[in-house]
Amino acid sequence: MILSIAWKNIWRNKLRSLVVITGITLGIFAGVFSWAFYAGMVDQRIATAINTETAHIQIHNKNFLEDPDIKNIISDYNLIDNKLQKYSAISAYAPRIIVNAMIMSAETGAGIKIIGIIPEKEINVTDIHKKLIEGKYFESGKNNQILIGDKLAEKLNVKTGSKVVIAGQQYDGTLTKAHFKVIGIYKTANSVFNESNVFIRESDLRKVLALDDATYHEIAIKLKSNDLLELQLEKIRSEFNNLDIKSWKELMPDVSLVEESVNISMIVFMIIILIGLIFTIINTMLMAVFERVKEIGMLMAIGMNHFKIVLMIMYETILLIMLGGIAGIVLACIVVKLTSYTGINLSAWGDVYASLGYETIVFPVFNLTILVQTTIMILLAGLIASIYPALKALQLKPAEALRIDV
Amino acid sequence: MKVIEIKGLEKIYNDGEIFVHAIRGIDLAFDEGEFTAIVGPSGSGKTTLLNLIGGLDTPTKGEIVVNGINISSLKSSKLIDFRLFNIGFVFQAYNLIPVLTARENVEFIMTLQGWSKKERRKRSEELLTAVGLADRMEARPSKLSGGQQQRVAVARALASKPKYILADEPTANLDSKSAENLLDIMLKLNREENVTFIFSTHDQRVVKKARRVITLEDGKIISDIIQNE
Repeated sequence: MILSIAWKNIWRNKLRSLVVITGITLGIFAGVFSWAFYAGMVDQRIATAINTETAHIQIHNKNFLEDPDIKNIISDYNLIDNKLQKYSAISAYAPRIIVNAMIMSAETGAGIKIIGIIPEKEINVTDIHKKLIEGKYFESGKNNQILIGDKLAEKLNVKTGSKVVIAGQQYDGTLTKAHFKVIGIYKTANSVFNESNVFIRESDLRKVLALDDATYHEIAIKLKSNDLLELQLEKIRSEFNNLDIKSWKELMPDVSLVEESVNISMIVFMIIILIGLIFTIINTMLMAVFERVKEIGMLMAIGMNHFKIVLMIMYETILLIMLGGIAGIVLACIVVKLTSYTGINLSAWGDVYASLGYETIVFPVFNLTILVQTTIMILLAGLIASIYPALKALQLKPAEALRIDV
Repeated sequence: MKVIEIKGLEKIYNDGEIFVHAIRGIDLAFDEGEFTAIVGPSGSGKTTLLNLIGGLDTPTKGEIVVNGINISSLKSSKLIDFRLFNIGFVFQAYNLIPVLTARENVEFIMTLQGWSKKERRKRSEELLTAVGLADRMEARPSKLSGGQQQRVAVARALASKPKYILADEPTANLDSKSAENLLDIMLKLNREENVTFIFSTHDQRVVKKARRVITLEDGKIISDIIQNE
């Protein structure tokens, strides 16, 4: 019956309650939607990192990441290849030759990282072939083809069909150069990546660099799911302990940090919103208590104990905040669902986001973590907001309260 | 059989600025089934005396013993429980819970006492029928007249089967017909339920119906008369 009275008490002053509930709804909506927006943004950044840039796990020579010298090679690829085939959690893997070099067009030049790939294997690991905005992917039977990013194409003032010169150092230290034809221009979400990475067939690059067969600098591994990462990382590490095995989180600590920090940031954001709401609710509940001094005095007089008085005020406060909270979550769910189809276009600030590797169209995501954590926080806020009005109600003395005319 | 015994009761209000000697050494006793009016001019101490007997206020001196329990020495939580199971209250301004129906208002105190739903339903229907509101059980207080609200308040006071009912100016806000009607109902229930009724009043029509009339002045009893025996 106390819960029933608390529910009915909320609707005594419908306008006031609706104003407060609307305020809570909008506050919670803002918090939850922002959370879903940033979660979507980070998810997309992680997806780009895994699908386009690093894959889940990479294998290198122990010295390569510290010193990306051409000589820091993985020399026994065939042996590794045999062993990796036995991992059921691996969906695909691709070896790469990686060198830093210069690229030159008729007009200008730039420092770049050349990624020598086996296109037939690479398409199972990364999605560069899906990011082409001009031209096409590698054609078999044709040599010295190159894929470059849109930013680099812009910088070099080249387009598909243009010729570029790659200059670098061979395995024995001899300087070398070779001509390549731009067959495709790609564009990923990460403009820095687009400006500094080019793709060449590993067989072409091997010739230019005079590298031995079956020697690579990197093996990119794609797992069947990101959830398998930690376990597979440990397994691969223990099997190839003479090599450097790193996850995408270690290779891109900035992305990993964003993933870890976004939840904490959004919890802090929600707490700030809820602190504001708590004060609004305390104010409303104090008004409700002061308006009902005589009634609370009567309840105490007829024998309603302190616990039940507190419970009634707490129920009212929690019901009020939960109504607004649930409405806010539902509203956020609807808007997230709609925008998860349409996306939110940030192209007005596109350069800033692209330079950080983020997509300019963000698709918000709503997950169970957000739902559970938001609900817990709303409940806690309700409890906190109810304490002061409940204590105020308890300070009333029935004989005095009954004399007060409100 | 004595229900309430009051010995050497004094109440002084002193907040540092104002000193009021509201009750000045009262000795009283109430038998089971009494129907007693406490009368006197404003400020004579009627409401203070009722508050003390009802455990809503604590005396400065003296003791109030109800069925052998000195309620003046009970701790706050024990006193709340004591009120719940022993005392019924009827207030001048009715003080019903506005969001509940007449029936729910009557049932509320029984809920606090832990009655089952079936028992509550039965008792509330009996009492509301007894006060002439059988057809208004599902009405909220705002849909009832003052007299009807006060009858619900009487039914609520009786619902918990208290040892005594305290009514502070129960007819003060009622027209003469409603007041008389309410008094007749209170008298009937007093007889049927054998509950002690103690009420303060200015209303001479009410005083005439009381079997005992205690007159207060300046916090002292100046007369204690048995009438209508």
